[in-house]
Amino acid sequence: MNKLITVAPSPHIHSGLSVQKLMYGVIIAMIPALLVSIAFYGIGAIAVTLISIVSCVSFEFLIQKFILNSQVRISDGSAIVTGMLLAFNLPSNLPWWIILIGAMVSIGIGKMTFGGLGNNPFNPALVGRVFLLLSFPVQMTSYPVPKGVSTPYISNIEGFTGPTPLGILKEGLKNGTPVSDVMKELPSYLDLFIGKLGGSLGEIAGAALVIGMIFMLLRKIITWHIPVSIILSVYVFTGILHLAQPSQYADPLFHIITGGLLLGAIFMATDYVTSPMTPAGMIIYGVGIGIITVLIRVFGAYPEGVSFAILIMNGFVPLINRYIKPVRFGEEVSNG
Amino acid sequence: MLKTFAKGGVHPSENKLSAAEPINDLPIPPVITIPLGMHLGVAAKPIVQKGDEVKTGQLIAQGNGLVSANIHSSVSGKVLKIDKALDASGYKHDSVIIQVDGDEWLETIDLSKEISDTCTLSSKDIIQKINDAGIVGLGGATFPSHVKLSVPRGKKAKYLIINGVECEPYLTSDHALMLSKGEELLTGISILSRALRAEKTLIGIEDNKPDAIENLRKIAGKYNDISVHALKVKYPQGGEKQLIKALINREVPSGGLPVDVGTVVFNVGTAFAVYEAVQKNKPLFERIVTVTGKSLSKPSNFRVRIGTPVKDLIEAAGGLPEDTGKIINGGPMMGKAISAMDISVVKGTSGILILNKNESRRKPSEPCIRCSKCISVCPMGLEPYLLMTLSEKSLHERLERDKVMDCNECGSCSYICPSNRPLLDYIRLGKSNVGKIIRMRKK
Repeated sequence: MNKLITVAPSPHIHSGLSVQKLMYGVIIAMIPALLVSIAFYGIGAIAVTLISIVSCVSFEFLIQKFILNSQVRISDGSAIVTGMLLAFNLPSNLPWWIILIGAMVSIGIGKMTFGGLGNNPFNPALVGRVFLLLSFPVQMTSYPVPKGVSTPYISNIEGFTGPTPLGILKEGLKNGTPVSDVMKELPSYLDLFIGKLGGSLGEIAGAALVIGMIFMLLRKIITWHIPVSIILSVYVFTGILHLAQPSQYADPLFHIITGGLLLGAIFMATDYVTSPMTPAGMIIYGVGIGIITVLIRVFGAYPEGVSFAILIMNGFVPLINRYIKPVRFGEEVSNG
Repeated sequence: MLKTFAKGGVHPSENKLSAAEPINDLPIPPVITIPLGMHLGVAAKPIVQKGDEVKTGQLIAQGNGLVSANIHSSVSGKVLKIDKALDASGYKHDSVIIQVDGDEWLETIDLSKEISDTCTLSSKDIIQKINDAGIVGLGGATFPSHVKLSVPRGKKAKYLIINGVECEPYLTSDHALMLSKGEELLTGISILSRALRAEKTLIGIEDNKPDAIENLRKIAGKYNDISVHALKVKYPQGGEKQLIKALINREVPSGGLPVDVGTVVFNVGTAFAVYEAVQKNKPLFERIVTVTGKSLSKPSNFRVRIGTPVKDLIEAAGGLPEDTGKIINGGPMMGKAISAMDISVVKGTSGILILNKNESRRKPSEPCIRCSKCISVCPMGLEPYLLMTLSEKSLHERLERDKVMDCNECGSCSYICPSNRPLLDYIRLGKSNVGKIIRMRKK
C-alpha cells in the first residue's frame, strides 16, 4: 500500500463542539435582554452595546497582534461576549470615552495580562465595570429612566435620569423611611420583572434574562448549579431578614428581580473561566455570591453588590477547584 | 424509563452502517499470520515448528503461565516459519505463519449443524474446556475467560452479566451475532452461568437494537434465571463498570474487579465462543468482524479466520476508498489506528473502521476555557482537564491522588472538549508513568 495513513491515539472522532459554538450560544442567549433594553432605552442601548463590543474586540486584536505577537483569536467570540456583558452593566447614556476605558480595562487588564482566554482569574467584564464604577461614580449610577415609567419619586427628584430601585431603597432607609413606604414609590414587581425600572442596559429585563438562561440550559451551555444556588441563597438570606424585621428589610422577591442579580447569576457568574469546575464547587461558589451580595446590599455602603460578590468569589475559585472534587465512581454506592 | 449508568457519558452519532448486513464467511487467504500475544497476559508458547503440518483447530501454541491463553491454527496447511510480524500494537511480535492448504478440520470438532442446548458438565470441566479452546474476552479486552471464571476463594459471582451493549459507533458484529445466533448464544450463556453457579443472569442491550432485544427475549423465555434488559443508548455503557452500574446499580470500587461486587461480565461474542467450545469442541479460531466506514462501498459483517490480513477484509467490503485517512482496529472511540493493511485479524478484533481524510484530522488544540464539560462526561468521576495538566507537568503524586489509574480510557473527555485538547493522550501518559511507580513500589 502506497498511501499515507494517519496513525493517532483514540478517540478518533470528535463531537464538533467548539469554543465558538459555546460563545455564540451565550451571545444568542443575551439577545432577548438586548432587545428589551433597546425597546426601553432606544438608540442609547444600541450605541453603548456597539461601542463596547467593537472596542473589546479591537483591544483584544491589538494586544494579541502587536503586544503579545501571538495568534489572533478574536474569532472565538469571547471578546464579543465580554463586550456585550460590559455593555449590559453600563447605563445607556454613558459617554463613549468612558465605555472605551471600560473595554480597555476589561480586555487589557482583566483578560490579556493573565494570558488571554482561559487564564484570567476574574471576570473581565466585571473588572471593567467595577473599575468604571469606582472611577466615574456619578456617570455610572445615574441611569436614564425607561420610557413609560414615571413614579413621583423619580420624576420629582432626578428629572430625566434616576437611581435604581435598590438605590431608592437604600436612600429611603437611610432617611428612616420604612420599607413599605419606599415600595409605594416603586413600580409593581411585575413591571420591574419585565424591565420597567432604572438600571444598566442588561439588568432591567429580568424576564428576558430568564429566557436567556432557559436557552443556555437547554443547549447545555451552562448547568443549573450556579444561577440556581445564587438566586436561592439570596432568596433565603433576604427572606430571613425580612421575616425578622419587615420594616427594615425588603422582601426576597424584590431583591431577586432588581439590580443586577439575575444578570449576574445567569451571565456573569457562569463565565466558564472564572467559575468552579465541579457541581459541588459551583454550588459553594453560588451560595458565596448570594450571601456576599446580600451583605453588601443590606449592610454595605453600595446599594448593589452582585459585581463585587462575583469578583470576590472568583478569587476563591482556585481554592474551590483544589479541594472540591467530583464524586468518584465507586465511592458513593454501598455495594451489598 | 430505560436503565443506564448514572455518571457522565456521551452520545456520538451511531453510524451503524452495517446493522442490516448478514454474517458472510470471508474466504480463507493463502497465508495467515497468527500472533502469539493476542490476549491480555503472557504470550503463548509455540508447540509447532517450521515445516509442521497443522489442521484447522489444532493447538499451535500453549498458554504460558496463569494469565495466558492457548492458540489454535485457524486453517490447515504447513507452518512456514515462526517469526516476528507487525501487529495492531504497531510493534513486531512473535507469530506463527502458515501456508494454507485446504481447510481440513480436526476430527474432534463437531461439524453438525444441530444446536445442542443441554450441558451436564461440571463447573470444573466447563472451565477446562474453555481454557483448552483458548477463549478470551471478545469485546476487545481479550482477558482469558478461564481466569475470569475461576472466582477467587471467598468471593461469589452472584450475577452473570452479558454485554450485548455494543456502544461503540459503527460496530455491528455483536448485533449481527445476537440476531443470527440467538439459540447458540443463550446456550453459551447458560453454560457460563452453570460454570459460575450464578444465581441470576442479566443481558444488557442498548435500545438502538430492538430486533436483538426482541430475539433474545423470545429465546430467554425458556430459561427462568436469564433476563434481557434494554438500556438507554449512552457511551461507554459497554465498559464493565458502567454496565454493572446500569444493570444492578452497584459500583466496582477503585482498583477493584467486578467480582468484588458479586458479578462477572462476559461479552456476547465470548458467550458464543463458549457455546462452540463446550458443545462443539471447537476452539476459538474465527470470529465476527465488522468492516465499515462512510466511504466504504459495502460495509459488512464477516466471519473471519484469526490471522487473516486486514486488507482481505477491506477488499471484500469493496476495497480501500480513495479518500482513506485512517484505518482503525476497533471502533472510533477506543480502537487503535493501524499503520499497515497486512496486520492480522486477532481474537480481539471486533471491527475494522475506515475513516476518510476529513474525519481523520484532529483540529488544533486551543487553550482550556474551563468549561468543565470533560468532568461532566467522565463516567469515572475524574477531572480530565486537571489530569492532563498534572501529566504535562509530571506531577505524579497528585496524579495518583486524583485517581488517574481509575481512567478507563473511554475518550469521552477528548471527544467533548470544545478546545480540541488531547486530554486522553496526556492522561494515558500519566497512567503509564504512575503505573510504573506503583509497580516499583510493590517490589
